[in-house]
Amino acid sequence: MKTYNCDVVVVGAGPGGSMAAKFCAKGGLNTIMIEKKAEIGAPLRCAEGVSKKWLEEVGIEPDPTWICADMVGAVIRSPSGYEFKLDESHAGSEVGYVLERHLFDKALARDAVAAGAKIMMRTSCTDVIKEGGKLVGVKCRSMGEEIVIRAKAIVAADGYESQVGRWAGIETKLEMNDIDSCIQYRMVNADIDPEYCEFNIGAKIAPGGYLWIFPKGNGVANVGIGVMAKFCKDSEPKKYLDKFIETDPRFKNSQAVEVAAGMVSTCPGLDCAVDDNIILVGDAARIIDPITGGGICHACRTGMYAGLVLTECAKKGDFSKEALMPYEKMWRDRMEDKLYRNWMAKERLAELDDETIDELVKLISGSDIKEVNVYNLLKVVKEKFPKVVEGFEDLI
Amino acid sequence: MIVNLDKCLHCGGCVGSCPTNAIFLNDFVLEFSSKCNRCGRCVKICPVHALTMEGKQ
Repeated sequence: MKTYNCDVVVVGAGPGGSMAAKFCAKGGLNTIMIEKKAEIGAPLRCAEGVSKKWLEEVGIEPDPTWICADMVGAVIRSPSGYEFKLDESHAGSEVGYVLERHLFDKALARDAVAAGAKIMMRTSCTDVIKEGGKLVGVKCRSMGEEIVIRAKAIVAADGYESQVGRWAGIETKLEMNDIDSCIQYRMVNADIDPEYCEFNIGAKIAPGGYLWIFPKGNGVANVGIGVMAKFCKDSEPKKYLDKFIETDPRFKNSQAVEVAAGMVSTCPGLDCAVDDNIILVGDAARIIDPITGGGICHACRTGMYAGLVLTECAKKGDFSKEALMPYEKMWRDRMEDKLYRNWMAKERLAELDDETIDELVKLISGSDIKEVNVYNLLKVVKEKFPKVVEGFEDLI
Repeated sequence: MIVNLDKCLHCGGCVGSCPTNAIFLNDFVLEFSSKCNRCGRCVKICPVHALTMEGKQ
């Protein structure tokens, strides 16, 4: 069997994998990143909306190549049609970008290559290899051939599927409350506001989740839905999304040109995302904002942290769990409070009836929020509906 | 488990949701291993209802 040797093997070439590969290679590590699909960044499994601030934090320069649209505002719509709209009149309303993921992901992969990482396409990890109880690499199918990649450490960046960690012995199992099942259409010729992201909430719209409209310019938009898994039994995501599009006049002359599906975890991250010779990053580590389902910034941050920590570990030749723990500390220090707070908020919001959600949105629209983010919205909720945030008010 | 290939969007949602890690997605093909305990979770949560359990329609 063909065998490759390296310092670090990164499984998955999404944003988390590419960032990890880039920072490992930058640190002088012999890095191989494998990608099971035939194209990095495609097919799409994402709504493509991101905020802006974190890009600088992880050293990514905004590039018009992969920025599809620049958002000036956001709209939150309640079941009865009450709207909270953040518009240009609010100072500093930097809402975010809608990306072209197939170009964004390739740009990050290019950066990893520029730093010295190797990429093996159409190479899927099928298991980990243990020798004497120690992780020493991964088994793969590469272009139809069984191969082995031996490495001192594995970065599991295999996204929502998160199998590599489980093969290695890290439990990544999810509760039904902590899964949202999603489907999205790329709609064209839609009569939508090109500069506003829209979030539709409520049990009759998207039980336990939300329905989004993220414009991509020229009448094109990602229109998708996430439904909490416990409310699913027979393709509810598709049924709710189809119903919305059929009844919303903005899509009267619009058609879908692309269908994407996927799932997101909505828990506050794994109990521990490292073990001997392995680090889990991004979606694979279940590090996703439980309210928004946004995971790109978390994947980029954790990928970068993984690369930095592995570089340090290589200097001592120690990739034990203990040596990798600085990674655990880095992501927790940066994100844990917010993930936990939004997880609690998600649990509560999923329990609210549509009348209460109407009241909440009415209330938020009457408040003076300068910048739309979950934290600011929860602050208003805390003030007016303290019961909703009972138990985690300290985090708001 | 029966996969309706005309419906499946190869999203991998069932793979990551499977409590026993019994599913593997190789590009367009879903493979179920003997670890499957027929809990039915994947059938329920598939966004397009592409899965059915053998013996149950």
